[in-house]
Amino acid sequence: MVKKPKVASWYDPIIKAHGTPRPLLRNCLVAFIFGGALCAVAEYFQLLISLIPGISDKDASSIVMVIVIALAALLTGLGVFDKIAQQVGAGLAVPITGFANSITSSTLEFKSEGYVLGSGCNGFKLAGAVIFFGIGSAVVVALIELILGIV
Amino acid sequence: MMNGNIVRQGQSWIFTVPPTLIAAAAIGGPKEGKGPLGADFDYLFADNRDGQESFEQMEQKMLQIVCEMAIAKAGCVVDDMDFFLCGDLLNQITSSGFTARALSRPYFGLFAACATAIEGVILGSLLIASGAANKIMCAAGSHTCTAERQFRYPNEYGCQKPPQSQYTTTAAGAAVIGSEEGTIKITAVTTGRVVDLGVTDSFNMGGAMAPAFADTITAHLLQRGVSADYYDLILSGDLGRVGRDIALDLLYRRGIVLNEHRYVDCGCLIYGDDKSVFAGGSGCGCVASVSFGHIYRRLMSGELNRVLIAATGALLSPTSSQQKQSIPGISHAVALERI
Repeated sequence: MVKKPKVASWYDPIIKAHGTPRPLLRNCLVAFIFGGALCAVAEYFQLLISLIPGISDKDASSIVMVIVIALAALLTGLGVFDKIAQQVGAGLAVPITGFANSITSSTLEFKSEGYVLGSGCNGFKLAGAVIFFGIGSAVVVALIELILGIV
Repeated sequence: MMNGNIVRQGQSWIFTVPPTLIAAAAIGGPKEGKGPLGADFDYLFADNRDGQESFEQMEQKMLQIVCEMAIAKAGCVVDDMDFFLCGDLLNQITSSGFTARALSRPYFGLFAACATAIEGVILGSLLIASGAANKIMCAAGSHTCTAERQFRYPNEYGCQKPPQSQYTTTAAGAAVIGSEEGTIKITAVTTGRVVDLGVTDSFNMGGAMAPAFADTITAHLLQRGVSADYYDLILSGDLGRVGRDIALDLLYRRGIVLNEHRYVDCGCLIYGDDKSVFAGGSGCGCVASVSFGHIYRRLMSGELNRVLIAATGALLSPTSSQQKQSIPGISHAVALERI
C-alpha cells in the first residue's frame, strides 16, 4: 500500500475555504428516512406473504428479497436508479438494492465488450469486493464459533 | 535559434508573424445543446449514441464530423492539412487514432487531459511559425459515458457524488490553423509546467488544477509583458465553480487581480446553472467546444478582440488514483486576437 501524499500545507486551507463540503447531516437524515422506509415496506410485504398458507417465514423473506433485487435491477436498466441514489445515497446503497445495482450497472456497461469477456468478466467488478470480504468475515466468524463450541 | 517569426520568453512563445485561426467548429450532445451555449454549436446530436454500437464509437464519430466541418468551413479539403494533432480522454487515445485513420494525414496523438485542444493549438502554431507546415488541423473531444466508465464507475451505478465533482462534456471541437491571412491571429502561447500540490481527491479536479492555471497565467502575463486587463476575456478550461474560486484566490495572493466579469471558466459556461452537473463541465470536449464554438464566434463577430484561453488538465489515471498518488495538473495557454 502506498502512503497517501498530503496537500501542501499552505494550499490546504485555501482548498478547504473554497470547497463545498458534502452536506453530511442532510445526507445521513435522508438516507436514514429513505432506507428505513424502504426496509419497512419490504418488511410489511414479507409479513403479508408469510400469511399465504404453505409459505414459511424464511421463504417469505427470500421472496421479498428477490422482488427488491429485481426492482433495483429494473430501475438501473431504466436509468432511474443512479438519479434516485444521488439524492438518497446510503438509503439505497446499504440495503440489498445497492448490491443489485452494482452488478446490473457493471453488466450493462460492459455489454459492448461481449457477453463473456465483457458482462461476464466485469459483472462483479464492484460487487466482487462485497463477496470477497463477506466470505472472508464469514470464515472468521465460523472459526470463532467453532473454537468457542469446543471450549 | 529562432527564425524571426517567434520570440521566446521563458515558457512563452510570442509570434512576430502570428499564425491564423482560419476556421473552427464545435459539436455537442443533447445536454450541451440545452445549455446556454447551445446556439454556438455547429451541430448537436439529439442522442448520446446516435445509432452507434458503443459510446466509444460515438465519441470517434463526433471527432471525425467536427474535423470535417472545420475543414469545410476553412474552405479546404482534408489533403490540405499538413498535420493532424488530436487527443481525447480514452486509454491510448483511440478516438483520435481512429479519426486519424479516417483522415489519413500525418498525425500526432496528444494527451493533456482537458487541456488537449489547446496543447494542439500551441504545437500547431509553433509548427506553422517554424515553416514546417502551412495548414494544421487541431482537435479534441470527449464523451460523458466513455469517461465516466473509464475514470469512475459504470454509468448507471448509484454513487452519491460530492458537490465539487464535475460532469464530463459530450462534445468535440476542431480548428484549422495556418500561415495565411485571416481575422483571428494566434499571437502568443504559453506551455504549462506540471504543478502538483498533493491533492488526491479525484472528485475535486478544480482544486487539483487551479494551481497549474495560476502558474501558467502568472508566467504568461510576466513573459509577454502585459497585464490581465490587456485581454477582453480570460478563459480557464474546466476548473468548475470550485476551482475557479480557488484560482481567483491564488492569483490574488500573487498580486494578479482578475476582473470577475472578464474571467470565465469553460466548465461553468457550458451548462450554466444546471445543478445536475455539480461544479460544472469537464473533459477534452469542454474547452475544445467552448473555444472553437462560442469564443471563436464572438471573436469573429468582433464582440471580443483579445482572448486568453488557459486550458487545464488533470494528469491522473484510475490506477494512479487508486494507488493514492496525487493529481498532477497542467495548464496550456493561447492568446487569440483580432488584428
